[in-house]
Amino acid sequence: MHPKTRGKLVLTVVGWLAAGLIFFPIFWMVLTSFKTEVEAVATPPKLFFTPTLENYITVRERADYVHFALNSMIISVGATLLATLIAVPAAYAMAFFPGKRTKDLLLWMLSTKMMPAVGVLIPIYLLFRDTGAIDTRWGLIVVYTLMNLPIVVWMLYTFFKEVPKDILEAGRMDGAKPKQEVWMLLLPLSLPGIASTALLSIILCWNEAFWSLNLTTSEAAPLTTFIASFSAPEGLFWAKLSAASTIAIAPILVFGWMSQRQLVRGLTFGAVK
Amino acid sequence: MASTTTAAQVPGTSTTVGGRSQRNVKTLPLVAPSVVILFLWMIVPLAMTLWFSFQYYNLLDPSVGGFAGFENYTFLLTDPSLWTAMMNTIFLVFWVLVITVGLGTLLAVLFDQDFYGRSIARLLAIAPFFVMPTVSALVWKNMLMHPVNGLFAFFSRSLGLPAIDFFGSFPLTSVIIIVAWQWLPFALLILLTAIQSLDSEQKEAARMDGAGPFSMFFFIILPHLGRAISVVIMIETIFLLSVFAEIYVTTSGGPGLASTNLAFLIYLRALREYDVGGASAAGVIAVILANIVAIFLVRSIAKNIAD
Amino acid sequence: MHLRKIVLLSSAGWIAGTSLAFSQGQTLTIATVNNADMIIMQRLAPKWEQATGNKLNWVVLEENVLRQRATTDIATKGGQFDIITIGSYEAPIWGKQNWLLPVDDLGADYDYADIIPSVRNGLSFNGKLYAVPFYAESSFTFYRKDLFDQAGIKMPDKPTYDQIAEYAAKLTDKSKEQYGFCQRGKPGWGENMAFIGPMVNAFGGRWFNEKWEPQLTTEPWKNAVNYYVKNMREYGPPGATANGHNENRALFATGHCAMWVDATSAAGYIYNPKESQVADKTAFTAAPMQVTSNGSGWFWAWSLGIPASTKKADAAKSFVKWATSKEYVTLVGNEAGWVAAPPGTRKSTYDNPEYQKAAPFAKVVYDSIVNADLTKPTKDPVPYIGIQYVAIPEFQGIGTAVGQQIAAALAGQSTVEQALETAQRSTERTMKQAGYPK
Repeated sequence: MHPKTRGKLVLTVVGWLAAGLIFFPIFWMVLTSFKTEVEAVATPPKLFFTPTLENYITVRERADYVHFALNSMIISVGATLLATLIAVPAAYAMAFFPGKRTKDLLLWMLSTKMMPAVGVLIPIYLLFRDTGAIDTRWGLIVVYTLMNLPIVVWMLYTFFKEVPKDILEAGRMDGAKPKQEVWMLLLPLSLPGIASTALLSIILCWNEAFWSLNLTTSEAAPLTTFIASFSAPEGLFWAKLSAASTIAIAPILVFGWMSQRQLVRGLTFGAVK
Repeated sequence: MASTTTAAQVPGTSTTVGGRSQRNVKTLPLVAPSVVILFLWMIVPLAMTLWFSFQYYNLLDPSVGGFAGFENYTFLLTDPSLWTAMMNTIFLVFWVLVITVGLGTLLAVLFDQDFYGRSIARLLAIAPFFVMPTVSALVWKNMLMHPVNGLFAFFSRSLGLPAIDFFGSFPLTSVIIIVAWQWLPFALLILLTAIQSLDSEQKEAARMDGAGPFSMFFFIILPHLGRAISVVIMIETIFLLSVFAEIYVTTSGGPGLASTNLAFLIYLRALREYDVGGASAAGVIAVILANIVAIFLVRSIAKNIAD
Repeated sequence: MHLRKIVLLSSAGWIAGTSLAFSQGQTLTIATVNNADMIIMQRLAPKWEQATGNKLNWVVLEENVLRQRATTDIATKGGQFDIITIGSYEAPIWGKQNWLLPVDDLGADYDYADIIPSVRNGLSFNGKLYAVPFYAESSFTFYRKDLFDQAGIKMPDKPTYDQIAEYAAKLTDKSKEQYGFCQRGKPGWGENMAFIGPMVNAFGGRWFNEKWEPQLTTEPWKNAVNYYVKNMREYGPPGATANGHNENRALFATGHCAMWVDATSAAGYIYNPKESQVADKTAFTAAPMQVTSNGSGWFWAWSLGIPASTKKADAAKSFVKWATSKEYVTLVGNEAGWVAAPPGTRKSTYDNPEYQKAAPFAKVVYDSIVNADLTKPTKDPVPYIGIQYVAIPEFQGIGTAVGQQIAAALAGQSTVEQALETAQRSTERTMKQAGYPK
């Protein structure tokens, strides 16, 4: 065999082995979702069994999946749009007109994200109660915007810094107003970066499980609440939970897979380069 | 290489200096509102927490109230579990970073090579990042690491070895494994991107000069990854400092305090005891800790990023 | 079939009577845990909806999330829920704060006298009932009859912990992954402490003396926890510090355990061949005792309460009445099988021959619940009510912290004495912070 082909074969084996190992827990979960509850806890674990859709039927009967999934989508996308909208001007200012304290401000913003959410639950809950925001989509959108804003600002900042200043300069010479400068030059130039920031923000919102559980009741409840109604009841629940989990992560997984090229392209452009 | 791009920017930056002051006046109205909103949204919960941290406030007992002075803080700071929790927090962040950056780099190099079905393999490898933390913790705990019903126990028994009691004997390590699994794809994705942005001409040139795969990795690829690694460390640190769901689902912080981190300790205070004052004080301490981390760790990295 | 029709008609009849009070349908938000009995309630609830014209908006969550969600809301008067599912721990505490509406006034046809007295006491504060019981449980001993027969042992009606240890030694065979002593080890006031609390009671211990001083370093605690750690290490399954109710149930149901002391409400599932591989090999006896039998079996009642902040009190009362009535028990018996009927709340359930036939464990369960006296849980007098918990707000935190320490001792990170010493100190701190003695 040609050494180059052989090298490629070895790489193929190693590459797939690594990918398989990383993916395995998810594969196992999906497999479990087609077992009965007793099979799911059987020792030795069953690899061959008669697949059943029983768990999916139970899950469908007990909860309105579409309602939860729709909320997840609206809230993730809404929060991401709002965060981007607020972050773009701020990042623009920081990237192009930095002051002495800009870097400190950025770091401070990022450090507020390190505060555990659970410490501020009661204050936020009181605030939400008084504004009637409990169990509303917009309430959760506001919280998620707040939650992701530091990351969004920071990522946009790094992307904007990569935009060649000469181009904006040239635009200014041609008489572009600041608004035009942002809309016509900056945004198109850093679009891949903005897109990947948005993707990251959507993923983070989708998987957030603390605020969504504590600030929603039913109307605005997203998929994390859906999961909480299947996890850890008394009794055997692993197969049903696997089924619920599979359909809860399926949309974001497919979305993530479809957009990963975009994510990579954007990251290449800014933060990582 | 990273240094080339930064160097190339310097003249660009200096040319804008002239235009800046003249520009600043006109952009201020455009920029100010968003900066103010941003600032308010950051400061309001923080201010409320600060306020509550000086109050006697237990949600379950409305009869107690009023100004507490520093009592919530002294109560917390004299609690021996606080220091354990801090050490656990740092330990967890550190090891997850080591694992994800280390393995992530190796995997990134691997997935940069050309092999059959690479794009599909890559999709599989990044999948854990999209899984909700609660779900992945449940899957790892009950289906993989469980010492009787779990798959790992089955494997080790098949090899004639005793099953490992993951959460009893190595609680924090087990949590670290789970968290690292979740964040590995993130590191992989960013580092892979960075490698791919490396000029192929540069690589080719190095190869012409007779660089083997190892010297290639250490002298060309690794230095190029500096900035990407900083990004990974920075973003992951932010999230890892407040890891919660994985601990809650698997060990409940135990046995003892072996896997209690700061976020979990605050949870115990805030939602098991409903001591809002104490939880707020702990929240403030967590922010201070975060800022210390920001100063010592992130700042040295951030130089890399922000410049 | 015929019987079922009559039941449905009659229940529709009295529901129609209560529903006259309101002119049009209202939507109630009900929060509940995802345990099987509540899932059945959710499935049957449309019958009530049809009869009254009201709608129910279900919020189903796992236990810990629900507790945290409901507590936050009720304590801040958020007003999100019209009906909440709470345990016997919350009912008196929340009743004391006037966060719940009293539910003594559901009408004579509700037959309060039929509710088992210990259950009613557990949900009352100052003689007022603050939640109605949906299902109640005590703890007792599950054991594998086949293994006992094989080893030639006969399980007594009232075993002692010493006897249990002796049997566990005989029935543990680690090469076959068969463990004699499967108990909870996962830290938490509702997990390992639910087992350890009653065990300490049986050894003659108590949480607090009459002056509210923690008693964790007294002899009974040391004896009990030493016993627990020793036997769990020698005869327990690996990974015990991560095992809660569910993990042990899975272990028992898959045939890995010879003995398991846990909730009576799990008996129905262990008897269900679809959920369990040992359905026909399991038998039951009382929870073990030692120096006393006071408080040796725990008490818990999942109940329905109505937050004081609701604006739909009448409709909410109509529902909780329906869901905890005799008629509802019969409805479940007919629709889902008698073995699934909500246990532990009403004497009439245990008098029913159909239930006795379907649930051979009925008598042991009934005795355990009747004997679980929350007001006299220990050998020595105590200032609190509750068996495996102490009905004060601080207990969730205390129980969990102590549970952590005992799990540490079980994992071998500290000795039992060290663990109890640390637990005692942290409990003293918490009690002092909370201003006890009050």
